Amino acid sequence: MELWAWFTDPAHWSGPNGIPVRTWEQVLMSTLAMGIALGVALPVAVLLGHLRRGVLLATNLSNVGRAVPTLGVLIILASVPSIGVGDTAAVLALALFAIPPLMTNTVAGMTSVDPDVLDAGRAMGMTAGQRLLRVELPLAAPLILAGIRTAAVQVVATASLAALVGGGGLGRYVVDGFALQDGTLILAGAILTALLAITTEGLFALLERVATPRALLARQAHLAPIADVLT
Amino acid sequence: MPRPGIGAPADAANPWISWDYVTSHLDDLAAAGREHVLLTVSAVLLALLVAFPLAMLVRRYRVLMGPALGIAGVMYTIPSLALISLLWPVFGLSPLTVVLALAVYALLVVLRNTVVGLDGVDPTVVDAARGMGMDRRGILWRVEVPLALPAILAGIRIATVSTVGLVTIGALVGYGGFGSLILSGFQQNFWHAQIFTATAACVLLAVLFEVGLHWLQRRSEPWGRERAR
Repeated sequence: MELWAWFTDPAHWSGPNGIPVRTWEQVLMSTLAMGIALGVALPVAVLLGHLRRGVLLATNLSNVGRAVPTLGVLIILASVPSIGVGDTAAVLALALFAIPPLMTNTVAGMTSVDPDVLDAGRAMGMTAGQRLLRVELPLAAPLILAGIRTAAVQVVATASLAALVGGGGLGRYVVDGFALQDGTLILAGAILTALLAITTEGLFALLERVATPRALLARQAHLAPIADVLT
Repeated sequence: MPRPGIGAPADAANPWISWDYVTSHLDDLAAAGREHVLLTVSAVLLALLVAFPLAMLVRRYRVLMGPALGIAGVMYTIPSLALISLLWPVFGLSPLTVVLALAVYALLVVLRNTVVGLDGVDPTVVDAARGMGMDRRGILWRVEVPLALPAILAGIRIATVSTVGLVTIGALVGYGGFGSLILSGFQQNFWHAQIFTATAACVLLAVLFEVGLHWLQRRSEPWGRERAR
């Protein structure tokens, strides 16, 4: 009931500590981090996948990504004097941890393209660029997008840790709630963070369906692959 | 927010890597390590305890497959910070809060790999077993589970290594193993040596689990070892 009162209090819907601003901060941090990670990971992974290399590298990268604690990296970055506490450290840490799922899925997607299909493209007189843009990438799209979804959900979820190093975002409510021993604030923050992550998952799942070539949709009827299964 | 130092050295002498820190804080590190291992193992065991019966259930009643994996998937999406906070009113500042939250994440990985592994068993092998007169239970335990073991162990390995990293978030409720050292190092005026040592120790622990469980996984596929030779 206190929770209901908290959510319906207009004071919590405006100002620099209001829900809209905190949500926006979290979305902004996540978008920046995803932008950096995509810019670094996609070109490298597409090239490696196109050359049919990098499977081992991608696997190792995701193993390393799993083993290194996000909290540790975040706090190390925030403790480097030139970066300092706040959102910058969080964006960098989030970007670093988004790279492995992007790399793994993109390389897997590119290498999963049947070489016979590429040969058929060559026989039709397609140039190397056409084969990449019109055969390989569309066929790899489902897995690449699954990687983007995994990374985006992970980034949005982890962005709540920014509050631990003096940054903004929805994690602010949780961290402040623990500091003030305010249970309502903690729960409100937890609910908002969870809702944002679930919304992100939903949006990207939708995007995945829209961007998947129609011919591939039927084949994908069962579960979309998680980067983690059986690696 | 970082507050000015208790026990933290002056800024000029604040190295990231300090052997001195390690030798003078062996007790703290050992205590944190014990807690870290205990939290990790309890969470993974709890996940196994739930995932196996659930996997059997889902395989017997296929209609449950979608909902079970779906619900596990949604729970997997919930940020660890949020999940720990949601459990906190019920279980308070206790290790149970951390263990339950982490078990939720391990559950999805183990459940998926177990179902995928069991489904991947060649149906002709199952037919052969049935032809030999094995009953359902015999087929499950003496044919399907051994053949699916590598996939199941891969799930356990991935879940365990991920859990080692996630335990650090438990620092929020005071039970985070090395995470508690990382966070308190940060709050004690950016005590670089403590932050770095605890992070490195956490990675080392994850690598140990990875190597050990990977070895176990290789041992579980005798056909794989034959090929390797």
